[in-house]
Amino acid sequence: MSAQPDTGRPDTDRIWDWLDAVPDPEIPVISVVDLGIVRDVRWDGGTVEVAVTPTYSGCPATAIIALDIETALRDRGIRDIRIKTQIAPAWTTDWLSDKGRARLEEYGIAPPRAAGGPAHCPRCKSDDVERVSQFGSTPCKAQWRCRDCMEPFDYFKCI
Amino acid sequence: MTANALLEFLLRQGDTTLVLGHRLSEWCGQAPALEEDIALANTALDLIGQTQMWLGYAAEVEGAGRTADDLAYRREAWDFRNLLMAEQPNGDYGRTLMRQFLFDGFNVLHLDALQSSTDERIAGIAAKSVKEARYHLQRSTETVIALGDGTAESNRRMQAALDHLWPYTGEMFVADAVEAAMAETGIAPDPSTLRAEWGRTVRAGMAEATLTVPDSDFAHQGGKNGKRHSEHLGHMLAVTQSLPRAYPDASW
Repeated sequence: MSAQPDTGRPDTDRIWDWLDAVPDPEIPVISVVDLGIVRDVRWDGGTVEVAVTPTYSGCPATAIIALDIETALRDRGIRDIRIKTQIAPAWTTDWLSDKGRARLEEYGIAPPRAAGGPAHCPRCKSDDVERVSQFGSTPCKAQWRCRDCMEPFDYFKCI
Repeated sequence: MTANALLEFLLRQGDTTLVLGHRLSEWCGQAPALEEDIALANTALDLIGQTQMWLGYAAEVEGAGRTADDLAYRREAWDFRNLLMAEQPNGDYGRTLMRQFLFDGFNVLHLDALQSSTDERIAGIAAKSVKEARYHLQRSTETVIALGDGTAESNRRMQAALDHLWPYTGEMFVADAVEAAMAETGIAPDPSTLRAEWGRTVRAGMAEATLTVPDSDFAHQGGKNGKRHSEHLGHMLAVTQSLPRAYPDASW
């Protein structure tokens, strides 16, 4: 059954760990696993199939992410890789990991909240913040500003 | 009939998002403020992303070996099935935003209903798209209210935009044989059933924007059945298709 008899077939838990080291190309402090876009990893005979879902339907990073995943697994010695794009169920920011949320905040991006806006400024933690624009530098972010430290910052849109 | 109707329906969906997405992208680098520029470019990006899903499925249903790109770049104006409203030139910024508001209001209701389509692919595309469309509607509603209930000049322009675009809104709700076939098989809702709720959304927004909704139900038609596009679509396609037509199969 295994196509890679020498090393043994790495189990899917290990593959998940490897994928957790693949950074998101636009927000490199979090991994593609933190972002919640890797939906499934499975062996199909000697091929690893990774199901990936886009964040936003037009996100230009989607193709790069597929390439980065493929490269990372190839570097680990896996030869046969299939990336499956899956749109249903639709991605939601609920799938961001707690580790991912914490890293976003440390990096200066306020994590998404169901309330529709950031809890506080990711830099000085003041809750006196205002929205500048519903959109930002990538499809998944909006622009906010802190009225205490006066710094503008990104907010990860909640969808 | 049903396979053909399904293809027609998918082209209507994908062509409308493609053409409107392109119109919005025409503001890139030219909008009145940086935040507005970014907002419209992002909205355009969502619509083009949705186009890939709709036209990708359309190409599969057609089964002629074409791709979403082939449908976008290698068809003529008369092959397009987009709403006439989508292909109208942007006009001033107010008119662009008013068009977005009128379309977003419909799009959210339509996609919401399509989430329970008997066609699983359509239900999946709709579930993905409706999240983006809701965000668009939230923004376009806030913006038309701010501009309608703004200065005398912005109010005048928004009223002119609403008067100009109103006759293009009726086409969204026209139920022809394609829509009837979709409704019969539970693939898509009869769009005429969405009109009352859309009207409530629009009237509520326009009241807050201190604008007057025109009292006319005259509707320009011919976009979604492809029979009578306006002259503007061909000019737009001459731009969007110029590269793939000059350099077929180019890649980079």
